Amino acid sequence: MALHNPWPDEGNTGHIWDEDLRELDNPPPLWWMLSFYAGFIMIVFYTLYYPVIPLTDSTGEFTKGMAGWTQIEEYHDDYTVLKDWRKAKFADKEEKLATMSVDEILKDEDMKSYAVATSKMLFGDYCAACHGAGGQGNPNFPVLADDDWLWGGKAAQIEATIKNGRIGNMPAKGMMGNLTEQEIAEVADYVIALSEGKGNDDTVAAGKAVYTKGMCMACHGPAGKPLAPAGAANLTDQVWRFSADRDEVINVITNGVNVKKNGVYLAGTKQAVMPAFKERLPNAEVNVKRLAVYVHSLGGGQ
Amino acid sequence: MSNENKEVKNKSATAASVFDDVEITNKNLQSIGVEILPVHTGGTVHAKRIPGAFRTFKWWAASFWIILFVGPYLRWDGHQAILFDLPNRQFHIFGITILPQDIWILAMILLFFALLLAASTAIAGRLWCGYFCFHTVWTDVFTWIEEKIEGQPNKRIKLDEEPMSLSKLKVKVPKHALWLLIGLATSFSFVAYFVDAFDLWQRLFTLDWGVTETTAILTLGLATYFFAGILREQVCIGFCPYARIQGAMYDTETVVPTYDKERGEPRGRMKRAKPGEEAPELGDCIDCNLCVAVCPTGVDIRYGQQFGCITCGLCIDACDSVMEKIKKPKGLIRYASLAEFAGKELPAIWKRPRVIVYSSIMAFAAVMVLWGLMTMSPMDVKALHERAPLFVQMSDGNIQNKWTMKVVNKGNMPMKAEITVEGPEGMAFNVDKVLDIQPGNVGSTNMFVRIPRTQLKDVNTPIVIKVVDLNNPVVVEYYETTFIGPRVR
Repeated sequence: MALHNPWPDEGNTGHIWDEDLRELDNPPPLWWMLSFYAGFIMIVFYTLYYPVIPLTDSTGEFTKGMAGWTQIEEYHDDYTVLKDWRKAKFADKEEKLATMSVDEILKDEDMKSYAVATSKMLFGDYCAACHGAGGQGNPNFPVLADDDWLWGGKAAQIEATIKNGRIGNMPAKGMMGNLTEQEIAEVADYVIALSEGKGNDDTVAAGKAVYTKGMCMACHGPAGKPLAPAGAANLTDQVWRFSADRDEVINVITNGVNVKKNGVYLAGTKQAVMPAFKERLPNAEVNVKRLAVYVHSLGGGQ
Repeated sequence: MSNENKEVKNKSATAASVFDDVEITNKNLQSIGVEILPVHTGGTVHAKRIPGAFRTFKWWAASFWIILFVGPYLRWDGHQAILFDLPNRQFHIFGITILPQDIWILAMILLFFALLLAASTAIAGRLWCGYFCFHTVWTDVFTWIEEKIEGQPNKRIKLDEEPMSLSKLKVKVPKHALWLLIGLATSFSFVAYFVDAFDLWQRLFTLDWGVTETTAILTLGLATYFFAGILREQVCIGFCPYARIQGAMYDTETVVPTYDKERGEPRGRMKRAKPGEEAPELGDCIDCNLCVAVCPTGVDIRYGQQFGCITCGLCIDACDSVMEKIKKPKGLIRYASLAEFAGKELPAIWKRPRVIVYSSIMAFAAVMVLWGLMTMSPMDVKALHERAPLFVQMSDGNIQNKWTMKVVNKGNMPMKAEITVEGPEGMAFNVDKVLDIQPGNVGSTNMFVRIPRTQLKDVNTPIVIKVVDLNNPVVVEYYETTFIGPRVR
């Protein structure tokens, strides 16, 4: 602070630099100060009215303000309004969904797009964990976006699968469980050749013989293609239920799928269970249909 | 300055204070060479109105704003000709409908006018401020009303000083009422560009305005009243960023209303020389102060160019009228540039670098707008590639990709959009349906494309989606995108 203040009357603070650069004391305008103080007063009311104090009471409940207002309550209230609005807006469509069959829904352009649009969240909640968010599948869990269906790709079949679930079944080491390691390796080579369209090559003739011996055709069909979709994989196409890797093919033939002994899964067997969703889904009556339409439209519905 | 400073500093080493030897009695901004031009802060500016060429021109320029009030009632093809339909995200400008996808055209239009502002300011000063700015125009109209109701400036000043009385109220109330009315008419017309004007009128009488409309009309109306009626020139001086920006766009070649100092000074009242005395040598300025009295922002143009001056030319009118009376040539205050007063020849307008740069950007923006409007397709195609999964292995060895196709109908006629795909040999595609799209709506469908794995030479395979409007096959849009497959081993 300069001892010598050449401008004593202009209301400067006495802070002077570089001979004449000085700090003046200009108070903010009155209206500004008033709103500033009003802000302070507001804080008092705000603190009392809203939940501000970060403490809990004896029950572990946080301290609420005088208004008893909480953010989550407001959210729930708003969400209820939204839900009611949706319910009212789409009531007629929901009613229609309940009465229509999946095939009818698929034919009705409007209802189909409604079913698909309202399925995305359901699919994310109930299906995506195993089948992937877009039906792309996961290791050991089937892809829903392709056109290869173990239990049938018609809408009604998909509906039945979702509703009642599916448990695939493949015995270990052939139908009779009597294939040797050598035979299993041979039949694995045959199966791989089948998917490449080389099932009649001489190189896999041994495997073809094992295919007959192991009675694989009982489920997979005489030519590697099941006669009807009943859970057995189509061995002639290029989609693999588990893996195209030879070791993994041998592994599946050796240990089977869902093979149990005394109610316990055999070590190494593939556990492949599709749960029944009629008990799991809320409002299953309608939602199973909705999901069936959605899955059907993912890319491979028949 | 350094020499002087050093001396002071050297002395200060021994002296008690640096100021001991410095002349400090009159140290203010003026004494260090900063000229402070007076800005009118002493209450309302009551400017005199006198007829003249610039006064007439100002009215003509102001009448441009009549469009604002008439615009909403123009019709085109059964709808409002100019309608910025925000809820439906459509801008209707006569026959053209601009959807959010084309909003860049609006950006180009704004760029054009921004540069038009810059270019005109560089050539002839604040043309916008002085003649066209809505604030200038509205203030001009408001003060015109004030003069009609309250009388000449001296009468108005006297009235303002009077204590409140019934007779004062009788004059003041109609004025403020009229101002408010104009303010609300302005805001109403503004809002009528965003909702249908006739509908707005109808709902005014049934008291059926929405909250947004009511708030917008009241706020803008009161703001118009407050800014044009009460604050006036203070807006230009204190608030308006444009005013300051435009001042920075001047150069020495810019022509602005300027007082000819050479000719005018020394100023003084014309007096007949008394006998025995020599008549004083005076310039042409008779110091009548009429130029100050007519100035709507209350500046004195004789100080030279200053930020309070909106270059409206009214002082030119005033000075010319005086010059005529005293039989001197007109143009003591005139549109002139600093270069002209310095005796320099002004280069032709098209040879000035600023003008060249500004006008080339303007030309660019104008060409872009024209190009945009001419090539604006009534159809907009978006193809959203499914990401989970990116591709699917099909049982027959094909790879399948899925797209969600969205087709926007930006035209005025219903559209029947057929989607086809062109790609490598063996490619097959499957589109759910031909889209029937109403004007302004979006149609959406799934599209599957299948390519045999053997045809995929790379992870990415380019394909072209073609969308044709079957109702009007001239409308074709191509969308180039990428088919994604597994890594090729």
